[in-house]
Amino acid sequence: MKIVLQNVTKKFPSRSKGVREDVVAVRDFSFEVPDGQLIGLLGPSGCGKSTTLNLLCGLQKPTSGRIFFGDDDVTALPAEKRGVGFVFQSYALYPHLTVLQNILFPLENLKGKDRLSKEAMREKAYEAARLVQIDELMDRKPSELSGGQQQRVAIARALVKRPRVLLLDEPLSNLDARLRLQTREEIRRIQRETKITTVFVTHDQEEAMSISDMIVVMKSGVIQQIGKPQEVYDNPVNLFVAKFLGTPPINVFSGRIDGGRLMIGGDAVLAVPGLDDQEVWVGVRPEGFVLDDNGPLCCNFSGVEVMGRDISVVSTNAACENAAIRAIISAESRVDTQKKTVRFSLNPGKVFIFDRETEARIPFESI
Amino acid sequence: MEKQSAKGWLYLLPAILFLGVFMVYPLIDVFIYSFEEGYNSASQTYYGVGLYNYSYVLRDPYFLQALKNTFILVIVTVPLSTGFALLISVALSSIRTLRNLYQTIYFLPYVTNTLAVGLVFMILFKKTPYTDGLANLVIGWFGGEAIDFIDGPYWAKMFVLCVYTIWVVMPFKILILTSALASVDEVYYNAARVDGTSKWRTFVRITLPMISPTVFYLIITGFIGAFKAYSDAVALFGTDLNAAGMNTIVGYVYDMLYGNSGGYPSYASAAAIILFAVVLTITCINLLISRKHVHYS
Repeated sequence: MKIVLQNVTKKFPSRSKGVREDVVAVRDFSFEVPDGQLIGLLGPSGCGKSTTLNLLCGLQKPTSGRIFFGDDDVTALPAEKRGVGFVFQSYALYPHLTVLQNILFPLENLKGKDRLSKEAMREKAYEAARLVQIDELMDRKPSELSGGQQQRVAIARALVKRPRVLLLDEPLSNLDARLRLQTREEIRRIQRETKITTVFVTHDQEEAMSISDMIVVMKSGVIQQIGKPQEVYDNPVNLFVAKFLGTPPINVFSGRIDGGRLMIGGDAVLAVPGLDDQEVWVGVRPEGFVLDDNGPLCCNFSGVEVMGRDISVVSTNAACENAAIRAIISAESRVDTQKKTVRFSLNPGKVFIFDRETEARIPFESI
Repeated sequence: MEKQSAKGWLYLLPAILFLGVFMVYPLIDVFIYSFEEGYNSASQTYYGVGLYNYSYVLRDPYFLQALKNTFILVIVTVPLSTGFALLISVALSSIRTLRNLYQTIYFLPYVTNTLAVGLVFMILFKKTPYTDGLANLVIGWFGGEAIDFIDGPYWAKMFVLCVYTIWVVMPFKILILTSALASVDEVYYNAARVDGTSKWRTFVRITLPMISPTVFYLIITGFIGAFKAYSDAVALFGTDLNAAGMNTIVGYVYDMLYGNSGGYPSYASAAAIILFAVVLTITCINLLISRKHVHYS
């Protein structure tokens, strides 16, 4: 089932006194989720991603615009009739019901010809439970389960009625780091097995990048960029997207273009022929730095961080907006820790130039 | 550890002292009096020890009448007042406009004096040579015959007492239930909606179990409160409740001690112990039943 959003806008009346203007949570949102894909809605808190999810499931109605599931216009359809599965951030498992009763709950709501026999319901509930591997916990209460198990029950409950669309709100935010890794693989596997079109919301870019077929980066209710995770990472359309994706984050310098050369401080770091002289922002991915004793970019060396496989060289530069520059280099490289300064050359594919005012990407061809 | 618990006992001491002197000791004393035959509080003498007090009380038609009245009152008012309170609180929580106004109106009886409310009920229900009262006026509209609710037939008096009791105890229940309903996390209702749950099923399968500890608390305290009813009957029918045939167990105990026929602390003690036993039994039954239906999170 593909999902189509056409110019969807959601406004809320302003709560603060004296302010007449509505708060726009989602502005003119248009995009299409292809059938059977896993889409991550990504953005900082307050960017409208949860509102988008609520609009999709019908708990909120859009102020304007239309929403389609397949060819059906579901804009006016209330949540109870949309046939979506929703996994809430807090899971929302009914605490007084057992795992089995929780999973059965959506099936018992069906009426008329859709209603199954008791045995068929149990069969379906066990099927959903086996999919998320909790079929041995069916008689427990939610309070007797770990966070990860509760999460699985919530997914099983959402899946048991074979929803047209599965929606997950911050599905991993209540889990610890190790469980998070495991569960996100699990979500990916379940989605592949069921082939249900799935939209999930997260503020964690790593989570979104690792399991999504496509990511939608949002900021203040406006879509910034849609694309495959790696494409968005390699080709951010603006400074916000570049900053939001990647760990460690991108290093941002205030720089300028002077006679076809990109300058950071006094160092001419790259040749950028054809660009007009102007003040710019320069973003350099951590992996874009190459240790080079004759490199053009000179930074004050502050230390080396070894994190397993990676070594990051930490340094500072007056032109850098980040508190410290983090450059990831291969483990074989040797760093002379006695020196006061460290010199880098830059890999042009990992360097992005942005307009100083609009923060939009300025493409360049390096030689 | 030892020192800790000594400190703990020290902190509890004032409360234990007060409870011991004013609650536990009198309770034991009453228990003892109930077996002392012909106890005289002035001379501190009694004839003998035995079960005579109990057999007297249990044969006293006034006590049996009071027992019957109290049971009817309990069985009628506790379920009805809890049920109505639940209905009203659900209605209150589902409206947005004027909710505070309605909440205030429903809470007014709670802060109104019992006797003042009794006066209002007299005006509503009493039949005097000048007027039949408002209730009879309404009955008249439907072609019914005027009834004297205050001095008339037993069922009419019982009816007024039940209505009065329900009206007096409901505000507190509404207050507690509204706050219990408000404390149910919205997310469960959202989850139920997304799963296509009907309103009625949401209420029965989600709302009720989630507020069940509160409902149970109200039922238990409601039972105990109704068993101890006395002032409500006085407010409506005056102090000579035996004559009106509307006495309650607590009223009987009071009459045995201080009433016109009073001066029998032994009989009063026996009646009080019987009441205690009844309340204890009912509460235990309640607890047993509740174990299956109350969900503590």
